Amino acid sequence: MSPGAGPGGGRGTAVLRVLGLLGLVGVVATVWLGLWVTPPDRFMGNLVRLLYLHPAIAWVMYIAYGIAFLSSLLYLWPRTRALAWDRLAGASSEVGVVFTGLTLVTGSIWGRPTWGVWWTWDPLLTTTALLFVLYLGYLAVRQIPGEREARARRSAIAALVAFVDVPIVYFSVLWWRSLHQPPTVDDPVTGKTYVHGSMAWTLLLSFVALTLVYAWLLAHRYRLAALADLEEGEGLELAIAERRAEAGGVPARGEEPAGADLVGAAAGVPDPGARGPGAGR
Amino acid sequence: MLRDAWLVAGKDLRIEVRSKVALGQVAPFAFVVVLLFGLALGPAVGRGSVLSAAAPGLFWVAVLLATVLAVQRSFAVEAADGAADGLRLSGLDPAGVFLGKAAAVAGQLLVLELFLAAAVSLVYDRHLSALVVLAASCVTATIGLVAAGVLYGVVSMGARQRETLLPLLFFPLVAPILLGATKLWGEALAGAPGRGSGWLELLGAFAVAYCAIGVVAFGPLLEEA
Repeated sequence: MSPGAGPGGGRGTAVLRVLGLLGLVGVVATVWLGLWVTPPDRFMGNLVRLLYLHPAIAWVMYIAYGIAFLSSLLYLWPRTRALAWDRLAGASSEVGVVFTGLTLVTGSIWGRPTWGVWWTWDPLLTTTALLFVLYLGYLAVRQIPGEREARARRSAIAALVAFVDVPIVYFSVLWWRSLHQPPTVDDPVTGKTYVHGSMAWTLLLSFVALTLVYAWLLAHRYRLAALADLEEGEGLELAIAERRAEAGGVPARGEEPAGADLVGAAAGVPDPGARGPGAGR
Repeated sequence: MLRDAWLVAGKDLRIEVRSKVALGQVAPFAFVVVLLFGLALGPAVGRGSVLSAAAPGLFWVAVLLATVLAVQRSFAVEAADGAADGLRLSGLDPAGVFLGKAAAVAGQLLVLELFLAAAVSLVYDRHLSALVVLAASCVTATIGLVAAGVLYGVVSMGARQRETLLPLLFFPLVAPILLGATKLWGEALAGAPGRGSGWLELLGAFAVAYCAIGVVAFGPLLEEA
């Protein structure tokens, strides 16, 4: 099992740090280009600057769910079954849900001045909103207690159940709308705005930068999931070791902390308190 | 598989006949929902009123809410006295257990829908027409609803917070059924059934897809719930 299995230290590897740094630089550059360098649009004015944020966020959302779905399939497929896929699916859909929320929020902020409403029952919007709650449900399923393998299988099936629904939801909402009136909302990227020059480059950069941010978040979430699994496994051994030391009687008492430290060090889990700050980064 | 399904469905329905929970609680609950919509959107009734116009949608929302209760009830029965273990050890085909539980819930729901339709028609003053279309959409939508419901019912069986988890999982999943069934009913009641054809097929596709997933996935899910 790859990166997370042997976590070095509390904050991940050098590769991860470089990845995070690149993502940060990319985002800062996107903000600078998007807010200062690129010109305002002829029709949308300064509102066009959301173009450098909203589509890239939505793009990451699709990638995240795609990867979550694929890794769930790989877990269910007997030949490729490994807990690593389950962790990847969990990590990716967590990031996906965050980016779905951001897609909805940024889209709404964009929609208010351009369409005059915060929300419209456009097929894409409605599907995205349902996607958000569908995958919130999936994350809740992941929290159901149970044996590790059982949890992984249940989560993979739940991911499959949710994913099959996405096209059905999309088409049903499309038909539902089209019976009333044709969708009135053009796609801002292809329909209304002609993107060229510095705008095109900034748009491209925003996609790259946010994909890097996604990869960085994914790797960290994966690493934490691996640590949590490790703690779950090693925690039991630790408890058994402590119990044995206790049963050994009073003389063994002096060895108890040393033994506990040894197991902790072998597990690569510094101490329970160190997980807090790690989770924030 | 079908024989096992028959056994499980018979068991579940016998329990319902004897305990009368579906009759005494789920059905009255659905009727309360119908009344609540009336209080929220009334008091005007008849042609052109909000209640009359919204009747198809309100009917299906009430059905959706009742479905969650019926599915929860179906798995609460298994939770007591270690019944779920008995089911696991019984040697029955898991696919049969899935189909049986789904059939039992579907049977209850179809009866409920019959009374609910009558109640909606009376209370919201909306004449029911094109009964064949109404019935066809009820049957197809109900199969999809219970297939998805029973599938998520067994997923959430192992959760401590299953009462809150099931609705969160279930409602977004069946959003297409709500859309399709409401559309079909709206068209039928407006006297133009079949204009937006395709909805019945969509409901059918949903039912087939989730019955298939249920038949395949119910076994592993039941084992570990």
